Amino acid sequence: MTTATDPQGSKFRLSMLLYDSRYRSATIQIIALVLFLVLIGWLVSNTLSNLASLGKSVGFDFLGLPAGYDINQRLIEYNSRDPHLRAAFVGLLNTLLVAFMGCVAATIVGIIVGVLRLSNNWLIARIMTVYVEMFRNVPVLLWIVFTMAILIETLPPPNAFRGDDPEARMIVNDSIALTNRGFYIPEPLFGHVDEEGNAVGWRQGIGDVHLFGDSAVAFDVSLDLVAIVAILTAGILIARLIGQRADRLQAATGVRPRTWHWRLGVIVVPTAVVLWLLGFWLSSPELRGFNFDGGTYMRNSLIALWLALSLYTAAFIAEIVRGGILAISPGQTEAAAALGMRPRRIMSLVVLPQALRVIIPPLISQYLNLTKNSSLAIAVGYMDLTGTLMGITLNQTGRELEAVLLTMLIYLGISLAISAVMNAYNNAVRLKER
Amino acid sequence: MSDYSYVRTDMLPQKEPPVSTVGPIGWARTNLFSGVFNSVVTVLMLALVIWILVNLLSWVFTPTWAAQSLSECREIIAALGKEHGACWGVIRERWIQLLFGFYPSELYWRPILTLILLFVAMAPILFSERVPRQLLYVSAAFPFLAPWLMWGGTLWLPLMVAFGIVIGYAVLKVLSPVIGTLGGTLAAIILPILCWVFAAGPVAQGLHGIIPVGIQGVESRLFGGFMLSVWIGVVAIGISLPLGIVLALGRQSDLMIVKYMSVGFIEFIRGVPLITLLFVASTLLNIFMPPGTNFDIILRVMIMATLFASAYMAEVIRGGLAALPRGQYEAADALGLDYWRAQRLIIMPQALKISIPGIVSTFIGLFKDTTLVSIIGLLDPLGLSGSIRADANWNGIVWELYGFIALLFFLSCFAMSRYSMHLERKLRTDHR
Repeated sequence: MTTATDPQGSKFRLSMLLYDSRYRSATIQIIALVLFLVLIGWLVSNTLSNLASLGKSVGFDFLGLPAGYDINQRLIEYNSRDPHLRAAFVGLLNTLLVAFMGCVAATIVGIIVGVLRLSNNWLIARIMTVYVEMFRNVPVLLWIVFTMAILIETLPPPNAFRGDDPEARMIVNDSIALTNRGFYIPEPLFGHVDEEGNAVGWRQGIGDVHLFGDSAVAFDVSLDLVAIVAILTAGILIARLIGQRADRLQAATGVRPRTWHWRLGVIVVPTAVVLWLLGFWLSSPELRGFNFDGGTYMRNSLIALWLALSLYTAAFIAEIVRGGILAISPGQTEAAAALGMRPRRIMSLVVLPQALRVIIPPLISQYLNLTKNSSLAIAVGYMDLTGTLMGITLNQTGRELEAVLLTMLIYLGISLAISAVMNAYNNAVRLKER
Repeated sequence: MSDYSYVRTDMLPQKEPPVSTVGPIGWARTNLFSGVFNSVVTVLMLALVIWILVNLLSWVFTPTWAAQSLSECREIIAALGKEHGACWGVIRERWIQLLFGFYPSELYWRPILTLILLFVAMAPILFSERVPRQLLYVSAAFPFLAPWLMWGGTLWLPLMVAFGIVIGYAVLKVLSPVIGTLGGTLAAIILPILCWVFAAGPVAQGLHGIIPVGIQGVESRLFGGFMLSVWIGVVAIGISLPLGIVLALGRQSDLMIVKYMSVGFIEFIRGVPLITLLFVASTLLNIFMPPGTNFDIILRVMIMATLFASAYMAEVIRGGLAALPRGQYEAADALGLDYWRAQRLIIMPQALKISIPGIVSTFIGLFKDTTLVSIIGLLDPLGLSGSIRADANWNGIVWELYGFIALLFFLSCFAMSRYSMHLERKLRTDHR
């Protein structure tokens, strides 16, 4: 603005720091930086003097002390003699577990509800609107405690399953038990063993691999699972290659070969063969005495948190999906129809690819919200990162500063990681403009 | 001449459309029974809705309004021969508490008056075309009146706080021509802060000693219920608006250090869950302050909620700034306006107007999130529901309390979101 009238080559005066546009921005920035550093220094000195007067020191060595508390829902081995760091790690894995399950369920429910809100059937559209408004306008914490109350108050206790004429029955071919303590579902196992633990038959799992040795973050990874995931991924990749080859053939000859059975085959058949070779079977929970034994036990705190978070977030995702579909102008659909495409192809080739671009950025922030909201686990007693590190560990060791800061940093890391991954995906599907 | 007598000379009267395509029947045929599949789905859904409604209504309409305890409710329900029924006695006995917490009952008019004043103060901003502009004076006075009404105490304190702003304005007007805009602005920021920190308290005390004007003080720990949720939300949004503007401008700024500080703050706050910030409020904030200062817990929660809201507010306002066409910035430059004048006269009025729906959404989100304070032990509606259940009379009551709280939240949030949608439609100027 003033550059043209600034005296060129004149001698430097102190006032030029303020009034010369060449120096002013640097001056302002240095003032801001100094003020910021003074603020930080003030906070730190306050903290240090307060901690000194309380007789506390700052340090993270408390993480190595034995935790002394139990965590009832966990993905990896843990006992109360393990250090606080391992307890925090168990909590972190629990956070990631519920966040992952929540994101998957919320996406599925959200897409279904969002599409159904646009249904031609007035009643269905209205029911979906009621669902969306009901969930969006009531706090998520209320939904979490409400779902927990529903699970506790309405489901039968495990001992209701006992006796010759029990009050409650297991569902899905006697394999799933819904009780007020949680859900007992079948556990995937590889290979049969007899009572002494000896392998029966030649089809056996290939065991676990132990990662990170004796450290606090050590855990086992099931090689069976790795093998299955690898085969599944390979199958999907080959299916995509087949699809691309069909695209090329179609571009060259105008006739698209039928490939769906090949593509399904390369995904399903190898996976089924690997499952059979590994001796895969589902072990159903069984009633022993007053409680269930065997199977996988999902505590009702996990179920309540998962259901409430997914249904709550799904209401927001439904709105995003609906908005994304509505954002595609009718001209696109009409143009596709004029080209002679069938409605399903219009949806999959024209509308959805464009709608996805609108949908994905807000979807990322919903995933982030869900992950952050999973910290409300503390309200129902699910031991996630907040419940372990910022909950019991904080109370037992009295290290508020370190525990809260560490928790914040871990959540920050998770958030940044999610947005990095999703932004990379977003860039990949973005409209490539010239 | 040929005979044209077989040709009609008058038009036939228009026929009614077939009954099956108009009116309720036609509507039902197109919207509910447009095919076999749709018909089956409609019937199934209708059965489901009716089943839910019948059960729910039979549960809701249970004459237990006068019951004094849960056991009395159960007797009434058993006498009616019903299996389930709501126990509304708890709501009759405790609804006041769920709304106001432990606020002194003879002073309920004060939060109510504050709420009414809030609406009056918001009116010129939200319905600018329908209310007189004079109401803007109420909007200007509200930030000083509302805390005084809620917390009570001497009237001199809010007056002193307002006086600080007057000093700042006067300094800006008097000093700017003498020592330049930047120095004048700095002085106008620093002097009021000095006035608030060092002078406001003692002077207000002194003036109160001479001319006692004031109302009964109410301690923060008595705040609770729905009132607490609204109050935290209003305070946090009110203060976060200017903070958010500053942060948004900082993020858009060309000054690198300022930009990175703003981005760092915004992304940090948005990357951590609110509950961790509330834990900072409950365990750490007093450690960060100079030894001897002691904010009460509600004030600390408000500080953290404000910081939380300001990061989200900054993003909303950044969206508003980004939505302005570049031509507006260039036009301001072409008129020779400096940065702050351009912001004040050209950019901000438009950007803020675009951002109002986003601001309302942020407020709804924050308002819902205030339920989290129950986790750190404050008595918001959810926290109170726990303490009500601890009462021997109401031990074991669940649905009625949660239902009542959910209804309160639903009504207020739904109304606000509808208003925000209406505003969005009104503000949309592109013709699609």
